[in-house]
Amino acid sequence: MDSAYKHSPAWNVSWLFVLLAGFSLFFSDIEIISLEPWQELKRLFMGLLAPDWSNLSEIGEAFLQTLAFAILGVAGGSVIGFLLAQIFHWRWIQVSCAFIRAIHELFWALIFLQIFGLHPLTGLLAIGLPYAATFAKVYAEILEEGDKSALQAVSLDASRVSTFFYARLPDLWQHFKTYTSYRLECGLRSSAILGFVGLPTLGYTLSSAFMEGHYSVVWALLLLFYLLIATIRYWVRPALLPIYIIAAPFIVANDSTISFDNVQRFFTEDIIPAPIMRGESLSESWHWLSDLLINQALPGIANTVVLTQVALVASGILTLLFFPLISTHFFKPAGRTIGHVLLVILRTTPEYILAYILLQLWGPSMLPAIVALALHNGAIIGHLIGRYSIEIQLRVDASRGLNRYFYELLPRLYGQFLAFLFYRWEIIMRESAILGILGIATLGFYIDSSIQELHFDKAMILIFITALLNVLVDSLSRYLRAKLRLRTNVDCRATNDYCTARE
Amino acid sequence: MIQLQSETASYHGVKTLHDIDLQVSKGEKLALVGQSGSGKSTLIKLIYEHYPVNTALVPQDYGLVNNLSVYHNVYIGCLEQHSTFYNLINLIRPKADQVEMVRTILTGLQLEEYLFRPVGRLSGGQKQRVAVARSLFQKGLLLLADEPVSSVDEQQSKVVLKQMLSGFSTVVLALHDIQLALAFCDRIIGLEKGRIVLDSPAEALTEKDLLSLY
Repeated sequence: MDSAYKHSPAWNVSWLFVLLAGFSLFFSDIEIISLEPWQELKRLFMGLLAPDWSNLSEIGEAFLQTLAFAILGVAGGSVIGFLLAQIFHWRWIQVSCAFIRAIHELFWALIFLQIFGLHPLTGLLAIGLPYAATFAKVYAEILEEGDKSALQAVSLDASRVSTFFYARLPDLWQHFKTYTSYRLECGLRSSAILGFVGLPTLGYTLSSAFMEGHYSVVWALLLLFYLLIATIRYWVRPALLPIYIIAAPFIVANDSTISFDNVQRFFTEDIIPAPIMRGESLSESWHWLSDLLINQALPGIANTVVLTQVALVASGILTLLFFPLISTHFFKPAGRTIGHVLLVILRTTPEYILAYILLQLWGPSMLPAIVALALHNGAIIGHLIGRYSIEIQLRVDASRGLNRYFYELLPRLYGQFLAFLFYRWEIIMRESAILGILGIATLGFYIDSSIQELHFDKAMILIFITALLNVLVDSLSRYLRAKLRLRTNVDCRATNDYCTARE
Repeated sequence: MIQLQSETASYHGVKTLHDIDLQVSKGEKLALVGQSGSGKSTLIKLIYEHYPVNTALVPQDYGLVNNLSVYHNVYIGCLEQHSTFYNLINLIRPKADQVEMVRTILTGLQLEEYLFRPVGRLSGGQKQRVAVARSLFQKGLLLLADEPVSSVDEQQSKVVLKQMLSGFSTVVLALHDIQLALAFCDRIIGLEKGRIVLDSPAEALTEKDLLSLY
């Protein structure tokens, strides 16, 4: 007999995370430093009233570059990922892919900038490499979980390749297509923010417009970007893709050449730890390393974890506020339309751009980063949970308003909510690290500073530590999902839900 | 209590009830009998739509929340009678007096040992009794129950029906079990292809009379 009321494990875990986030808040600097933050925010939104399209050739060029890098990077990544998926059962492939995935596109861009300079290869590899690793994993999962009955019926003499094309691909094609086209949308966001480290894409134009205070140009760029993403299914057509792929190399091409001296120096000098290059003794090397770990890695890790945990819980809270906005159980069509528009804007804007804008307005502290991560991720999961909630059938005599929210819907959706949130934990951590480039003291800040000081050896070690941290959080998330028996439908991969939650 | 005059109803766009004339006075215990598809469920829904106030409902699919405890699922019956704040506190920390009231109802349905167990971990028959418990907790002038004992065994069916009939003065039950209908109700309505084909006091009928409906 259950004599006393006990809360569910999901409830206890949730509170653990909330307490952890509350504790983390003590160690984070949350303040608005700029003198007139709301004045500036007002000026920003005034820009929305009159977007400035006068610089059409510059805007057009930024978008062409953004598109071309995204299309080439994602196309290359998907082909390589597809080949890797065939041998994904090899343990070392899985480990290498997990490691490559754990490093954010912007960090890859910083690395390749040192090797290839502003040659287009930098942008292509920065997107293509991590995307290939992600494609490998998800394609392998699709192959693994797909229906294998047709495969068993094929004669053993048939070649591997023809077996694949006849017995497997037709059934799985839709899954591959859905996932790949979703990743193209992610690729557009990745490509856009590569501009922040100097590539000629949207981020570059956006940050220069922002710095000059041309908010109406900022809005022109953002509005066009929303339009591009919103219409993606109209302009991404199988018949058009070959044309895009042929045209893209001509767009990204520029005059810069690869200096092989640079490449060689990078691998043989730049990234070799300084004490080894100088042939110092073991104790001197240890001193160098411990100095790096204690003064850079440790505070970087601490701040990254603090930001991640606060942003994770804030994303969860916003999700719970956002999802009713688009749910048929709470609002009529007119109200839901407003909810949809809000969520589409928040999830389409890359969190890096959101953080950049808020940081310019409020000054450097963790607050803009927390708000940006929470808005973006809350909108993504809120959208998924809202759509999921529509499937729930309530009794005709079901309660309304808050009673309905807390007694009928929340208990039914909570498992799904936690699963999606834990899926995004690792993504939030990757973003937390990268937002350091904007000046918040997470790992990205120390990595970026090391690169500025031309200490690539230090930067590589810090990037390595960042990747390890991500892999750790990923396995922790997997452990918790298994422990709490949180499962999302495998079938929902056919829709965009799975991919959006997983990235 | 209930007055329906030449009512029709459709289900998924198909007309399932035709020319329904039905008067039920306070205190009557009605059984709706007939083949599946004869319109019993639709008639229950129709009555609910006309008389939603002070009416407790046991729908065929229960509408329980699997991740909430039995206690909370029963308590949902009374959400509207308390402030939202009170309901939220109760969700986090069950109120002792409410727990006692729910416990009494569950004892009558042989469910008391599952008071704080999540509904998702109960068997089908147990879930059905939780749905009944919710209606008993809700109280009201009228009980509408759609096959409320289809998943419980014979002995328990009798216990459950007795509780429902003593908890409400006016009761309308959809029942496919003729024996139970004759034993527990005082008026039998026979449905066939969406029409009322029989309306008679229970004591004037035998099992044989009803078998023709099936």
